[in-house]
Parts: sequence; structure tokens; C-alpha cells
Amino acid sequence: MCGIVGLFLKDKALEPKLGEMLTSMLITMTDRGPDSAGIAIYGGETTGRAKMTVQSDTPETAFSELDEKLSKALNAKVAMSVKSTHAILDLPAGSIAQARTALTEIDSSIRMMSRGDSLEIYKEVGLPKDVAAQFDLAQMSGTHGIGHTRMATESAVTTMGAHPFNTGDDQCLVHNGSLSNHNSLRRKLRRDGIHIETENDTEVGAAYLTWQMQNGATLGEALESSLDDLDGFFTFVVGTKDGFGVVRDPIACKPAVMAETDQYVAFGSEYRALVDLPGIETARVWEPEPATVYFWSHTDAPSSKEKAA
Amino acid sequence: MQTIDLQETGLREMNKTLHAQADNTNQTAWEIVNPKGAHAIACGLNAPIEVTVKGSTGYYCAGMNQHATVNIHGSAGPGTAENMMSGKVVIEGDASQYAGATGHGGLLVIKGNASSRCGISMKGINIVVHGNIGHMSAFMAQSGNLVVCGDAGDALGDSCYEARLFVRGEVKSLGADCEKKEMRPEHIEILRALLEEAGSDAKPEEFTRYGSARNLYNFDVDNAAAY
Repeated sequence: MCGIVGLFLKDKALEPKLGEMLTSMLITMTDRGPDSAGIAIYGGETTGRAKMTVQSDTPETAFSELDEKLSKALNAKVAMSVKSTHAILDLPAGSIAQARTALTEIDSSIRMMSRGDSLEIYKEVGLPKDVAAQFDLAQMSGTHGIGHTRMATESAVTTMGAHPFNTGDDQCLVHNGSLSNHNSLRRKLRRDGIHIETENDTEVGAAYLTWQMQNGATLGEALESSLDDLDGFFTFVVGTKDGFGVVRDPIACKPAVMAETDQYVAFGSEYRALVDLPGIETARVWEPEPATVYFWSHTDAPSSKEKAA
Repeated sequence: MQTIDLQETGLREMNKTLHAQADNTNQTAWEIVNPKGAHAIACGLNAPIEVTVKGSTGYYCAGMNQHATVNIHGSAGPGTAENMMSGKVVIEGDASQYAGATGHGGLLVIKGNASSRCGISMKGINIVVHGNIGHMSAFMAQSGNLVVCGDAGDALGDSCYEARLFVRGEVKSLGADCEKKEMRPEHIEILRALLEEAGSDAKPEEFTRYGSARNLYNFDVDNAAAY
């Protein structure tokens, strides 16, 4: 099954409550998948700086003086804030690739969860309520975010098999469904030099989008072509720096409900996930159409709705 | 009128109370408040009672219904009125996928739109949708009537048997072995009665009937390409 949620705020007054609202939506979806949970949240961007979320199963040793080691390697100031098994690294803009290489040398057990200007991803094995408490997600503010609770079908229950998957700078993906051609696609993408870590089907979906965009496609174009190239069931929600997008496979058996008011656009695998949002009683509630790409963006006119990419 | 607050009473207790109603109960009117998209609300009813749900429902509301009338004052999640045997279910808003699936009898009215697979494998139920329906609707539909006042999505009536499909608007595409059929006087009469019962003022003459071309009933090697 899996449960997905997404929340895109139009009303700035709600931004301090983004983490709280998104966490509550995700916890409601717990019975769609108890294996692992994760949230991607966008906010707290600083001009001239970039962010990386990294993870370690042994944070006490791995994160010990990591900021200093990385500062030395990059010859620039790196700040770090540790939250349980995750750490947010604050780096000079443009130094992410260099930092990744340096991290591998410093401690190869450190894994990158996300990179970008404003994106942070927190994900671990466990129930949404426990993962949310582990990272204090309810306290986070932001402009938009997506979340996922997993019922594993295609690969092992691990941190790296948890969603959201980072697909590029400030881009991430959550998936409800199962891809059936992920093995052949993984081989093809690896031949093209795309890094794929696990046997997970969604990671291949994420890598596919990365590959398309590296070859010049926009995210919208990459999602459009995923409808032709990915075989299987999927409802995808993708996070971007400016907003989020939704696409469902043509069969569309994986559920999806959306709600929009003047204050927000919200996505849930089920209506239950949306019931505590403010003004839901009068929101426009609908199901996204199959094989149609939807986008909401802070940089476009705020009223832009179903914009086929 | 009996009122049940679902958030206070809990799902199992609420359904148990409704199941306990006898054929001759004098408590015929029930109202369920705070449904909040919960699953399996008013499932398996078996008495001539009228239940009104004040809000939107999740999966399988009014499934396996017999004799009861269930009104949903909101939108309904997947599998609403699945396998209904008799009675009536009225959704004021939209319905998610496979509404009325495998239904044997009774009437399902959807005042908004229905999404994919509406009436899949229907076996005698009547379904009236005031708006549009999604793709793969009436797949393997065996008997009963599906009435659509708006448009139908892709692959309508794929591999259908003897169900009658009436569509007033456009059909995006017909499924395998589904074809346009002649509207005879008896069909107009069936349709008139259903539209009236479902509270639609659409005119029966505006509809087109679709049904099985009857080529896929039995395996015939000449039809292998169509399977």
C-alpha cells in the first residue's frame, strides 16, 4: 500500500505550522504502511549557502567534529546541526559535489539523504509517529513538504529504502505502488553512469528522473516520459524548490485525493489524511486524473492549478 | 432520529448498533456525524433503515448493503456500495474508484462524478451518475444498468456481458467487445424510471445505449486477437 502526503502552503501565516500539519497527516496514514517513514521539508534557505542532509547509523562517531573536518576539506566554513541519526550541513553554495567527495573520504558510512538550497529529508525505519518524534518534525517550519509511510513490497526495510528519495538539487520523490521494470531500468541507468544504491524500485524511479533531467528534460518533461518508460503502478508526488507535482500511472489504482483552499494545496493517499486541515469542509476536493502531470509552484501565479507540464 | 458521533462511538460500535436493527425496528432514521473519511462506515446493513452520513467517507462505505438507504452528504472513497444486494445509496458529492463494484441489486446514485472502474463486474445493481465516470467503468459488467448523465472515460464496458450502459455525453473510448446499441422503447422506459428515482431531470432520449457485442462470451479461436 504505502501512504503519501503533501502540503503546499499559499498562506505564509501557516508556514510555522507546516511540520505539525504534515506530521499529523502522515501519522493518520500509518495503517497504509508501518515499515519506514520520511518527510521532505522545504524552508530556511540562506543566500550563498547550500544544505545537505546526511545520515549515519553511528551518529556519535560519524558526526563527531564532522563540521570541522569538512570545513578543512572545503577550506570554507561549514556549520552542522545534528538531529538524531541525521545531520544538516550548511555549506557554501556550489560546494555540494566537493563536499560529497570529501565526506566519502572522511567516513564512507555517512550517507547523503538530500542536497539543495532549502530541502531537508528525514527518514528512518519505524512508524510515522516515532520517526516524527525522533527528528522533532512537528516543530519544523517551511513553505511546503511531502511525506511517506512505507509498506515494503519490492525491497528490504532499511533507511535507504525509505522515502522520500532525493533526485537532484532540491528535488525529491515519494511513491505509492510498485514498478515492475525496475531491474532492467536500473541496469540501463547504471550503464549511463547514474548512481543507484539499493535494489529498491522507487530509487530507480528517482534515478530515472535524475537521468532525464541530466539529459536536458525539465521535471515536467521527465514526469511525462515516466508515463511511457516506467512499467507498473505508481502515484508519485515530487517536491521541487518552488512547489510540488503529482502524477499517477494510466491505470491509477493507487489512490490519491487533493484539496485546495486559498491557504494551501494538500495531497493525501486518502481523504482521512486531510480532515484536520483548516477549512477542509469548504475546500475543493478532487482526485487527480490518471496519466496527467500536475504542478503547484510558489513562483507561478499562486492560483495556477492543473497545469499539464 | 438517532445520532451517532463516530469519533466518540468508534467504528465497530457504530456498525454493531446499526447491524442490531431488526426488520421491524421503529428506529428507522440514523445520522452519523464526524465521519472524517473513516473506512467501512455503515457496511453490511440488513434492515430497512435510513442512515445519513454527514461528511465524506473512506473505503467501502455502505458495502454489502441490503434493504437500507444510506445517504452520504459528502464525497465517498474507493469501493463505496461494493457488492450491494438491495436498498439505496446516494452520494451527494463525488465517488472514488470502483463505486458499486460487483453489486447484485439496489440503486446507487452519485450526484457528482465517479472515478475509474465504476460498476466493475456489476451483477444486477443499477447505478446512476449525474456527472462523469472514469476509465474502465463497467469492466466485465454482467447485468444491471449503468446510467451516466455526463461523459465516460476510456475503455467503457470492456468485456461486458449483459449489463446495459447508458451515456448522455461523450464516450472517450469503448472497451473490447463493447458496442453502441439501438435505443428501443423498452430502454427508454427503463431509463426514465431510473432517472426519476435518482432525481435527475435528464431526458432519456438524449442517451446512447452501449452493451456487449457478444463476441467474447465463449472462446473462439477466430477472436483470439481480441482477448
